[in-house]
Parts: sequence; C-alpha cells; structure tokens
Amino acid sequence: MNILVCISRVPDTTTRILVGGDGVSIDTQGVKFIVNPYDEYAIEEGLRLREKNGGTVTAICVGPDAAKEQLRTALAMGVDKAVLVKTDKYFDSYFAAKNIAEVSKEMKPDIILLGRQSIDFDSFQVPSYLAELLELPSVSVVSKLTIEGNKVIAERDVEGGKEILETELPCIISAQKGLNEPRYPKLPDIMKAKSKPIEEKQPVEVEPKVSVIGMEIPSRKRIGKILADTDADIEEIVKSLHEEAKII
Amino acid sequence: MGLNSGLTEEQITLRETVRRFAEEVIRPKVKELDEKEEFSYDITRQMAEMGFLGAFLPEEYGGSSLDYVSYIIVVEELARIDGSQAATVAAHNSLGIGPLYYFGNSEQKKKYLPELASGKLWGFGLTEPEAGSDAGNTKTKAVRDGNDWILNGSKIFITNASTDITLGSTILAVTGEKEGGKKEFTCFLVENGTKGYTAKKMTGKMMWRSSNTSELVLEDCRVPSENILGKVGDGFKQMLATLDNGRLSIAAMGLGLAQGAFDYALKYSKERKTFGHPISTYQINAFKLADVDMGIELARNYLYEICRRLDRGEKITKESAICKLYCSELAHMAANHCVQLLGGYGLMKEYDAERYYRDQKLLEIGEGTSEIQRLVISRAIGCYDV
Ligand SMILES: Cc1cc2nc3c(=O)[nH]c(=O)nc-3n(C[C@H](O)[C@H](O)[C@H](O)COP(=O)(O)OP(=O)(O)OC[C@H]3O[C@@H](n4cnc5c(N)ncnc54)[C@H](O)[C@@H]3O)c2cc1C
Repeated sequence: MNILVCISRVPDTTTRILVGGDGVSIDTQGVKFIVNPYDEYAIEEGLRLREKNGGTVTAICVGPDAAKEQLRTALAMGVDKAVLVKTDKYFDSYFAAKNIAEVSKEMKPDIILLGRQSIDFDSFQVPSYLAELLELPSVSVVSKLTIEGNKVIAERDVEGGKEILETELPCIISAQKGLNEPRYPKLPDIMKAKSKPIEEKQPVEVEPKVSVIGMEIPSRKRIGKILADTDADIEEIVKSLHEEAKII
Repeated sequence: MGLNSGLTEEQITLRETVRRFAEEVIRPKVKELDEKEEFSYDITRQMAEMGFLGAFLPEEYGGSSLDYVSYIIVVEELARIDGSQAATVAAHNSLGIGPLYYFGNSEQKKKYLPELASGKLWGFGLTEPEAGSDAGNTKTKAVRDGNDWILNGSKIFITNASTDITLGSTILAVTGEKEGGKKEFTCFLVENGTKGYTAKKMTGKMMWRSSNTSELVLEDCRVPSENILGKVGDGFKQMLATLDNGRLSIAAMGLGLAQGAFDYALKYSKERKTFGHPISTYQINAFKLADVDMGIELARNYLYEICRRLDRGEKITKESAICKLYCSELAHMAANHCVQLLGGYGLMKEYDAERYYRDQKLLEIGEGTSEIQRLVISRAIGCYDV
C-alpha cells in the first residue's frame, strides 16, 4: 500500500500567541512548533495500514525549512520517507493543497491521510481542496477506518450518533481524535531519524485564494455583571443564561 | 538560558517525547502507586518499549545508543514527574547495565545485555548492613571451590533486585587478602533463582515507594567462575568507576525533581491569592522561586557539560561528585520551598509537593551521601595531602 500522510507545523497548544508586527501573522519568536495533533492520528493510521498491508508511508509537509523538525518526528514514529515542499512565504490552504496534489500525482498513493484541521488556522480546507484537485473521494473527520481490499468503511461521529460511509481506494481521509492512539517515537528511532533523508521540492507557485488581512487577540474584558439572590436578579440570571449564554 | 540550550535537535525531540510519555503514561498512576507502595510492571514494560532500559547500550545489544547527555535527559524528565520510575531506569542503566557493559566479557554481554535492554532488570549489590559509606568494610565473602565460588553474606537497599522481571545482580564480595593485608574484592554475576540466593523486597520506605528495593541473602550460594565480572581482584575499582557514572544519573534525578517542584510551585504561587494578591508577588516568595530557578540553570549546564566530558572519555570523579551533591541539595531546596509555598496544602498527599518533599531526601543519601561527596571533592582538591 502506498500511503501519503500530510502533516503541518503548528504552534504548540500551550504557547501564548502574540500578533506579529505586521498585524497579519503571529510573532514566532520563542514559539515552540509541533506536529499538528490531528496529523498524529493520520500518521498512526498510516503506520497501522502499512503494518497490516505492507507498503510505504510517506510524510509530506508544505512549509519552511524548519518544518524538517516535524518531518523528523514523523520519521521517528516510523514513516519511511519524508518530503518537504519548501516555502518561506505565507500561504493559504489552497497553496498547501495544490502542492500536495502535485506530489500526489507523481506518487499515486492508494490513500491520503491527514488531520481534520490544522490547529493554527483551523480552516478545515485542505482535505476538500485535495479531493477536488485530485478528483478523489474524501471522507472528513473520521473516527474509525476499516479497509478491506479496495473497500473503505469510515465512521464519523455525528451529533448523538455515528454515520458510516463507504467508499473506495484511492481516497482521502481526514482524521478525528479517537481514530487511534498515536504511538510515541522510540528513543533509538529518534536518534536515527536525523540520518534519514528528507526530500526537498520547490513549490508550484499559485496565487492564494484567501489572505489574512488582520489578526487580533480576543479581548479579555468581562461584562462584570453581578447578580444576587433577589427575585428580580434570579429572573435576570435565568434570562441571561437563556438568551445570552444560550445554555438553557 | 532555557531548557534546551546547546542541545542537538534529536536531544530536544527526545526530551519532548520523554516529557510527554511521563505526563501521559506515568503521571496518572503516580499517586496510586506511591500510596500502595507498588512497583509497576506495566509502566516498566512501556518504558522498555520506549528504549529507556538500554539507554546508552549500542544497537548490537538492542540498546538505544544514546549519548550520555541524552540518557541524562531521559532520567531528568522522568524524575520531573516521578522519582520512582526515574530510579528504576537510572539504577538499571547506570548500576545494572553499566558494570556488565564496561567490564563484562563478550559471552557475558551477549548472554545478558539484550534481555536487559528489552525489559529485564539487573541490580548492583554493594551496600551491606555494615558497609554503606564504608564499602571497604564489605563482609560478603566468596571462597573458591574447584571451578566454582561459594558466596556467603548479605546486601541491603539494592534497587531493582527482587522484581519478577529481575534477571540477577552484580555482587561485590571479598575474595582474599592482597599483599600488605588489604582486602581483595571481586564482583560476581548472580542470577535470581540461583540456589542459596534470595532477594526479598523491602517495604516501608518513605520515598521512591514504587521503586523496588531489596535485601539479598547469600547462603552457600555456588556460582561458576564464568560469572566473575572482569578479573578476580578488580571488584573495588569496578564499583568505584560505576559510581562515578552513576552519580550523574542521581544528579539528573535531583535536577528533574527540582524542575518538577519548581514548575508546580511557580504555577501555584501565581494562582494562590492572599490579602488580595497572588503570593508570587510577595518578595519573600518570589525570591525563593528565583533561587530555585538560578540553581536549576546552573545545575543543568554543569551536569550536561560533565556528561559531554564523560562521552569524550575524560575522568570525572570530582565533577560527578559535584553534580550529585549540587543537584541533590538543589532538589532539597526546591521541594522544601515548594511545600512552603503551598502552605497547608503542601503537606497533603493530594498535592505533588508532598511527594517531591519525601522523594528528594534519598538523593542526599543514595549512591554516596552528601558527606561522602564532600569527601570525594575535598580529596580531589588535595585537602588531605599535607
Ligand atoms: C532506596 C535506596 C536505594 C538504594 N539502592 C542501592 C543499590 O542499588 N545498590 C547499593 O549498593 N546500594 C544502594 N543503596 C544504599 C545507599 O547507597 C547507602 O544507603 C548509602 O551509601 C549510605 O550508606 P549507609 O546507609 O550505610 O549509611 P552510613 O554509611 O552508615 O552513613 C550514616 C551517616 O554517616 C555519615 N558518614 C559516614 N561516613 C562518614 C565519613 N567518613 N565522614 C563523614 N560522615 C560520614 C553519612 O554521610 C551518613 O550521614 C540504596 C539506598 C536506598 C535508601
């Protein structure tokens, strides 16, 4: 099985994000970057498919040179090959998808796995763009995957239940939390990952379809309404829980 | 300077991986294991799978081939969460595998090391009821009988020596007298299950409650001379060399514990308010945290530097004593401040401060007490050569 896993480089979830001087990007100074957590499920699923069916798992990342660090984590987890489509510019989901699609056309993977979203921009767009560019079926936000022969059965969590979908290889699957338990890279594999090659590619340049025009840190101002236990206040509390907070 | 200054990319990834493992796999179990004074086979198995148990062994023995800095980072990150798991790993690598790997012959290495890198444990039996700091007072005796040796004596406080997955221990014994009346010492590899050898778990520990500590008894225990480590008479030298390296892993435990206690105390101090302000804003508390941070920065840089020197093959007797002494006293200070900053909560088992406070104390005692470290240092600087 020829498996392609897309991974992105995102700021660590515990990082305090600050807007950069240009007002349209984050200040990366001192920010720790990690493999997008949803992509870890994709990597793990790729590794499990290979363990079951044989083949190779290739990890691809569109990003700056520093993203090699995330590709090495994927290599340490057990991925066979890594490809970096190298760009230092700001890019949107379309650019990422277009470049992954270009590599896929050469590689012709049986399955493309990726996280349901990147936790940096949360645009949820790459899987759908990819499906469109490659004219492949795609199932998003998958929490269980079974593949037999060419038949693919994917489960999705929906409000209060499950949705079970069927499609065929080749296809695109985006991973939801719960798809599996990603493994920790083992120490000897971490040490060896450095010596595995990372193939670098020049990107295909395309105009972004969306661009960021402003970024703001949400204000932390509280409304500061204080209510007590008088009848009037209680009515007010019920009303605001119902109408403003929409909890009841 | 930060946690990762001067480290390679692999060392940083390794730290992040071990930290995550410790947070996700170990942390949720720590309180229960401590409470029950229980050694965890499950966590040990997972640590073996991660490659912690053959940390610096080369690949040919199934090890992870880590440089010494990387190994020390593994111990440090484990100790940040749990001294007991750190103890299992540090004692196994430095004291269990260390002597076998450095002084064993090729048959011994082939026989034991692959298993010891993949989930079995090995102990290091030096201390006796009447020989701790004064290791020269070792009473355990081995007498030659044909091709065999007969061992009699006992050992105490031996880490990892009596679990279900322990293969055996290295035992220091007196094998005779050298010219001039000095005792001759030899190390023997004694497998668990050998007739006349019993390894019994010790209970009632204040600290490292989920690490295995054992009492060993040798009663006419017969072992073949193939089980001699190195040569007859090499025992004491081997033990001293093992301790030089081993002290670095105790230092790593001190550093890790100090970091854990510091992280915990800093977070709590910024959240806890008295008299309308976070307690971290009162100078007397802020300065405690500043002192611990200073100690951690210095300790980490010095310890890693000494590990690099060890990797280059330099002799580090004095330096490893400094690492062990400084880091264990740092851990003491950090845990003490941590409890103080938590006030009454710091004394309750529900909060990690209480466990840090108990666990740190071993570090000033095990593998050479602080007094003995000062003795090693003062000897090295020539205080007694007058
Ligand atoms: C949990 C645990 C795990 C251990 N694991 C192992 C292990 O795996 N293998 C092993 O061999 N041992 C192990 N030990 C033993 C440990 O190394 C000894 O306890 C330690 O070396 C101290 O020896 P002692 O207990 O006999 O104290 P003693 O030597 O009796 O010392 C008592 C006190 O006197 C002081 N003192 C002694 N001599 C001097 C001196 N010359 N000058 C000034 N002060 C002095 C000491 O510093 C100490 O404060 C372990 C101990 C514990 C508690």
